[in-house]
Amino acid sequence: MANFEPKIVGFLCNWCTYAGADLAGTSRIQYPPNIRPIRVMCSGSVDSVYILRALLEGADGVFIGGCHPGDCHYVSGNYKERRRITVLKSILKSLGLDDGRVWIRWVSASEGKRYADSISEMTSHLKRLGPNPVSKYWSL
Amino acid sequence: MKKEVVIEVKDARVKEAINSFLESLLEKNLVSALLVPREVPSKDNVVQSLMTNSNGLKEVNVISPVLPVSSARIISEMTRLSSYKNPVGVVLRSCEIRALIELVKLKQASLDNLLIIGVDCLGTYSVSDYQNLCKQGNSPSDELLRKFKEGGEDTKLRKACQVCEYPIPSNADLVIGLIGVDFEKNILLKSGTEKGEKILENFSFLPVRACTQTGPEFNQSKREESVSKYLSKKIEKRDALFSEMKEETSGGWENLLSVFSTCINCHNCMRVCPLCYCRECFFESPTFEFGSEKYLLWAKRKGSIKMPRDTILFHLGRMSHMATSCVGCGLCEQACPSNIPLLKIFKMVSYKVQQIFKYVPGRDLEEPLPLTTFKEDELRSVGEE
Repeated sequence: MANFEPKIVGFLCNWCTYAGADLAGTSRIQYPPNIRPIRVMCSGSVDSVYILRALLEGADGVFIGGCHPGDCHYVSGNYKERRRITVLKSILKSLGLDDGRVWIRWVSASEGKRYADSISEMTSHLKRLGPNPVSKYWSL
Repeated sequence: MKKEVVIEVKDARVKEAINSFLESLLEKNLVSALLVPREVPSKDNVVQSLMTNSNGLKEVNVISPVLPVSSARIISEMTRLSSYKNPVGVVLRSCEIRALIELVKLKQASLDNLLIIGVDCLGTYSVSDYQNLCKQGNSPSDELLRKFKEGGEDTKLRKACQVCEYPIPSNADLVIGLIGVDFEKNILLKSGTEKGEKILENFSFLPVRACTQTGPEFNQSKREESVSKYLSKKIEKRDALFSEMKEETSGGWENLLSVFSTCINCHNCMRVCPLCYCRECFFESPTFEFGSEKYLLWAKRKGSIKMPRDTILFHLGRMSHMATSCVGCGLCEQACPSNIPLLKIFKMVSYKVQQIFKYVPGRDLEEPLPLTTFKEDELRSVGEE
């Protein structure tokens, strides 16, 4: 598994985390190229089905980036996403599935370093976990 | 004040005693119509029917132990566009009331002018089991009452009913009580709201207290004792089901696959689910229509893929949408042509999810749905770890 490069699907909020990712780039901070970012208007718009679909299609991890609690551009989207992710993780755990492939982080527009660190951290975590087992099963 | 009276039962004919009460609701014009389960002409099933007069009331059987469809869904269909101007009585089981409360919170039904009459539920059989019992010539309602009286457990009841923690209806205007009641002689009729109390004022039933003096069989503490005994048995069974489930899911994906792989994507579970209210389901949207090449691409990736596709995504996705409100009626399992043990899975998953928010679906109309609200000071570790 030495050459395993995890694929991460990222849902980044337009107002905070996407700008944070931009800042990481313009600041020339190095981080692994394993994330495929998708810009969304709010972390609160990321339904559990998107996350599940990414995982079932073989993504090794899903990263959701939103504004810090209290900073949501739409007032409460991230608070709602926080509940939704909690529900999703609980469902995965109840079914004996690994909820460690779903990460949510609050990253503000000024936290380029935090964004880069989060992606590095998640990438090495997924490298330890190995590939998403769903890709093994044809009957999925 | 809550009012408790008794309906006298003649010759142990429970169904008829309840029906005579329902009949007078119509005749006294206390309700303009009744939504009740009614036996079909072939006598081997019941369907919900909306009755505006008492013709055919003989066929009404509110204690029939079968639930082909949740009335919550029917009431949603009837009241979503406009609520009733005149009182309409609806006779419901606990799971139907709880689902109805959730639908009202979701703005899919209106309780205006509804008189909710809840009936103690002793459980239901699957539609096919019910039909078979009828074919054997027995009345399933009488049989179940008899078994219940003898304290025996009926393992033929639907799994959902065997593990149901809510046999007594809550949030009802009136409750017809059978558990802990000597129903061959008397049935308890209890008001739960002011509306229900006002209805009872139109009747000359004997109050419970007066009854206690004449028949020692009937007293409140006995009912409470019976209910809690009955409940503890159910909860024990539920916990056994949960631990069974826990063992089965220890295999992760592999296990989940073997459970769901026979799903034929008919979406019956979604159609009968009283909580699946979306007019247009995401899983039936063009999102899941693909060109021929796409299928080949997927197949090439793994060598082969199961068809129809996206069945697990459907179940997990549906779960993530309705687990916070699942009332555990088990109709999903009853409607499944592939015998997928949906009740077991959904009940456990939902129970865990609801515990996070200390939410009990159908408990209180004022309690907001967990996914539509939030607290600033909660789940602090999420997003910060």
